[in-house]
Amino acid sequence: MTTPRPITKLLIANRAEIACRIIRTAREMLIPTVAVYSDADAGARHVRLADESVRLPGNTAADTYLRVDALLDAARRTGADAVHPGYGFLSEHAEFARECLDAGLTFVGPPPDAIAAMGNKVEAKARMTAAGVPVLPGVTLDDGTGDDALDAAGEQVGYPVLVKAAFGGGGRGMRVVAEPAALADAVESARREAAAAFGDGLVFLERYVTNPRHIEMQVFADTHGNTVHLFERECSIQRRHQKVIEEAPSVAVDEALRARLGDAAVAAARAIGYVGAGTVEFVMAPNGEFFFLEVNTRLQVEHPVTEMITGLDLVRLQLEVAGGAPLPPEALAPERHGHAVEARLVAEDVPTGFLPTSGRYRALETGEGNVGGVQVRVDTGYESGDSVSTFYDALLAKVIAWAPTRDVAASALAHTLRRARLHGPRTNRDLLVRTLEHPEFVAGAIDTAFYERHDPSELGRPLADSELVDRLAIAAALARATSARTALAVPYGWRNTAPGWVTTTFTGDADRSVSVRQARDGTWHARVGDDGSLHDVALEPERLQIDGVTMHVSVDRLVGETWVDSEHGNAHLVDVSRFPPPESSSDAGSLHSPLPGTVVRVDVAVGDTVHAGAPLVVLEAMKMEHTIRAPHDGVVSELDVAVGTQVETGAVLVVVVVVAEAG
Amino acid sequence: MSVLSSTVDPASETFATNRAALLDLLEQHDTEVAKALAGGGEAYVARHRARGKLTARERVELLVDPGAPFLELSALAAWGSPFHVGASIVTGIGVVEGLECVVIAHDPTVRGGTMNPYTLKKNLRALEIARVNRLPVINLVESGGADLPTQADLFVPAGQIFRDLTQLSALGIPTISLVFGNSTAGGAYVPGMSDHAVLVDGRAKVFLGGPPLVKMATGEDSDDESLGGAAMHSRVSGLSDYFARDEHDCIRIGREIVANLNWRKLGPGPSRPADAPAFAAEELVGIASADLRVPFDPLDVIARVVDGSRFAAYKPDYGTSLVTGWASIHGYPVGILANARGVLFMEEAKKATEFILLANQTDVPLLFLQNCTGYMVGKDYEQAGIIKDGAKMINAVTNSTVPHLTVIMGASYGAGNYGMCGRAYGPRFLFAWPNSKMAVMGPQQLAGVLSIVARQSAESQGKPFDEDADARQRQAVEEQIERESHAFFNSGKVYDDGIIDPRDTRTVLGIALSAVHSNVVEGRRGYGVFRM
Repeated sequence: MTTPRPITKLLIANRAEIACRIIRTAREMLIPTVAVYSDADAGARHVRLADESVRLPGNTAADTYLRVDALLDAARRTGADAVHPGYGFLSEHAEFARECLDAGLTFVGPPPDAIAAMGNKVEAKARMTAAGVPVLPGVTLDDGTGDDALDAAGEQVGYPVLVKAAFGGGGRGMRVVAEPAALADAVESARREAAAAFGDGLVFLERYVTNPRHIEMQVFADTHGNTVHLFERECSIQRRHQKVIEEAPSVAVDEALRARLGDAAVAAARAIGYVGAGTVEFVMAPNGEFFFLEVNTRLQVEHPVTEMITGLDLVRLQLEVAGGAPLPPEALAPERHGHAVEARLVAEDVPTGFLPTSGRYRALETGEGNVGGVQVRVDTGYESGDSVSTFYDALLAKVIAWAPTRDVAASALAHTLRRARLHGPRTNRDLLVRTLEHPEFVAGAIDTAFYERHDPSELGRPLADSELVDRLAIAAALARATSARTALAVPYGWRNTAPGWVTTTFTGDADRSVSVRQARDGTWHARVGDDGSLHDVALEPERLQIDGVTMHVSVDRLVGETWVDSEHGNAHLVDVSRFPPPESSSDAGSLHSPLPGTVVRVDVAVGDTVHAGAPLVVLEAMKMEHTIRAPHDGVVSELDVAVGTQVETGAVLVVVVVVAEAG
Repeated sequence: MSVLSSTVDPASETFATNRAALLDLLEQHDTEVAKALAGGGEAYVARHRARGKLTARERVELLVDPGAPFLELSALAAWGSPFHVGASIVTGIGVVEGLECVVIAHDPTVRGGTMNPYTLKKNLRALEIARVNRLPVINLVESGGADLPTQADLFVPAGQIFRDLTQLSALGIPTISLVFGNSTAGGAYVPGMSDHAVLVDGRAKVFLGGPPLVKMATGEDSDDESLGGAAMHSRVSGLSDYFARDEHDCIRIGREIVANLNWRKLGPGPSRPADAPAFAAEELVGIASADLRVPFDPLDVIARVVDGSRFAAYKPDYGTSLVTGWASIHGYPVGILANARGVLFMEEAKKATEFILLANQTDVPLLFLQNCTGYMVGKDYEQAGIIKDGAKMINAVTNSTVPHLTVIMGASYGAGNYGMCGRAYGPRFLFAWPNSKMAVMGPQQLAGVLSIVARQSAESQGKPFDEDADARQRQAVEEQIERESHAFFNSGKVYDDGIIDPRDTRTVLGIALSAVHSNVVEGRRGYGVFRM
């Protein structure tokens, strides 16, 4: 192992928002940066921001961001002398840390042994117990545990019992068992899942706390013997163990509790010889009793809330500590001010079951800055025009609001999210807003079962109600009308014999039909539907006026589609074509004879499954052979000819129908 | 260029009277137009729709670009005749894929879309507009052919439709037929003479003789589809270039054809600032005289029509009964001739002649704003050669080759109608305000003239003159002329291209000017400008 030395060039073995976040601080510290990128990330924001970048051929994480050899090679080729792993990927791989050190690189993170110690959850728990950190009662199960032993283990831990994989994290392989009868099955499937996901089927049981809060302590240690905590974060708003909203401080933690949590966290860090930034996670019961969960030996996704209440830059501290410097006084005696709340904006379709979405964001704009004592910070790996792929996690941005009080911070965050312009694949924005504005959240009465009590697909339904959608659709129709390029500046849709209503039918987020007309004096009228009432309307930049009432809207009109944003809700409206697909005169999939001739070959029979392009029938006409091929995948439903049949132009030869996919 | 000011007092009694009268006339106009819009009436429209068909106007609306203006022409054709208002056909200037086209759509809900003499007149006028302005033509065809009871007034002249279509093609002006239904016998030559034809599956019927006629002629048994269906014409005869699955598909294909015409307008585009006038168009209904005996200042009209109300008067102090000058409308430069006090004297005629020659020297289109009671009569004027001066003006109007647009704002009487570019003088477009009147002379004048002639005749024959009969006769003649000079009456005869709301004048002229610039805009040269 080498002695710490200041970093002269930093390779970031990560992508997206965390890579951008690290580059920001490195740049402030005048440290040149090297980005790495998969093929899917070529040209991504972190690559654009970095001073240099190295391609990692391929797309899957295994082929790219998890390739230790390729990353070390990238560092060698660019002369980087330090590696920051970010979070996820290789950030908690002791082996990677070790290989970095062996290659003479500074690893921005704890010593490999500390990572290894915490990577094995069973071992981690034993070490914590030894260090006097409260842990949940638990039992480790190896492959050979029999049924009797299993029952005994369940009794020892006490129900409800949580079954989880010894290795890994992120909620995978976790199961809650309420009663002894279900334990055996849960253990078995957890083993299978853990083995598949992490290559190790070791599982353990521990007590499950009902209605728990997720409280975690940020710790920091340097190579000079200092270990401190930087207060707590509360991450109780989770869905299937994935954090959705995080905040600091926690409303459930008073100074006395904070001191106990801090002592436990610092003791935990010291117990494993920790260096750098780490997080000690606790599960906390409603009565304030807390138990050690795990140590995350890396920078957390939600680190910004800590930064915002302490004014510290955790990445700067990481880089300084990695470079051998002691923690500065402001970190050794940290102060906290106000309240910060973070929301994870994710590309996913909440109402349809959180399916990840992907594609290009024409606009990805979340308000950032300092207004009226409220600070809004956005950490993102994407900008307007960027695309989100399905290869990696779909975290679009972390939006963090700081204010002197929790109420203001939460409502400022909700407001920012409401007004964000997210013109692209669906996101969880509406879920975030409804959660932040939920009475339980506002009251601070939260726990990790929040989304079990409140159906996220219900909370995630569009913010815009029907009446607002009407207004947004009027704005879209007016935007279409006013963006029309006409050679003459005559009233839109002008007619000399009729009132000149121009109707646009929208689909997309909502189905609406809006008619607009422009009067001789240039003023506009609008009507929603055939019998909607008539409105006097006007669209100015960022403003929509309806019958004398003006509201803020932002309209982005493209060819055939419109994005409308307001602080009350948003809509993506797609024009319905005036020309619907034509009605078919013959059965779909009918193949006609292109010319008169004789059938000389028939390659298929009724009921055959054929693929697009497959030859079906061959005709001979005027000494040339013409092959009739399947226009699409399907099944031959009709065959009207045989070898030798004479056919006229236009005769139906064969019909290939598309078969709906089973299920 | 100087900006006009307004002499209009919207609080005056004249303004209020005019406004009330004009709004009343416009309401009457709307009532008449509504008849055309309603097609053959609810029952027929419902039956048409039940067959899954679009109405003529729905077809037009689907054909033109959403939001683009559509200037319907001759909406009151056949008004005052036994035929349905609108003459069972819709014509107009529409924008398709950004190109201004003449659209001609049969209305099959009015007596099957059959053609009567007014239909023919309106159809031919639309084709003429296409020819002189070089506008592509799109026929939306569904017509039962000739209205047989009127065939005597129709059959022979109707041949011109097919002649015009192919002549347009020879001039390089594209012609497109979208066939939605019947297009039989002579009607078959509409798609037949068009450059492009699209037929709707199961609906289009394009044949010279239907099954009964074929049976009578040759004894052959046949059916509609094999004689003239879309499938047959698209795959066998080749008369149809495109097989349309349904009406929407047909219109979609029609728009695609237009998009691929590679069409370029030959005239220049707008070259002046196209800012709105400084005064409200709304006031035009208070300016236009309801009582044509009361003249109004045409500068007040011009100030509400031309770009920025800018107007450079030509010879403002000479021949002051006619205003002439330069301006622009929607960015297109125009020379304007407008009657100020009805009568044209020698000076006015000579001034107009010079102005027309100047416009031809500079390739500037001319706008005639008519409120003209004719050329001055009387011994002094005859002896001074009013005929010769009027002849100069009529000569200049006739032989001018820059585009002419005419708006009849009030009176259009006598040779004034000719000198100010009435219908017979081939303006590219001619529109009338609803208060306007057009006749050889005013009703009282005409009745009086007839009375004087009758009195002289009686005197020369030594017969007694029946004063009571004369009074009755005068009354009857006055009423007849009043009726026949009414704007609706003349519009019904297709003597104009439609009655327009005075407040729409700028818009209508903008569309018309844009359309005329599809063709070359070039004045007549040869002699220099004669100083009269």
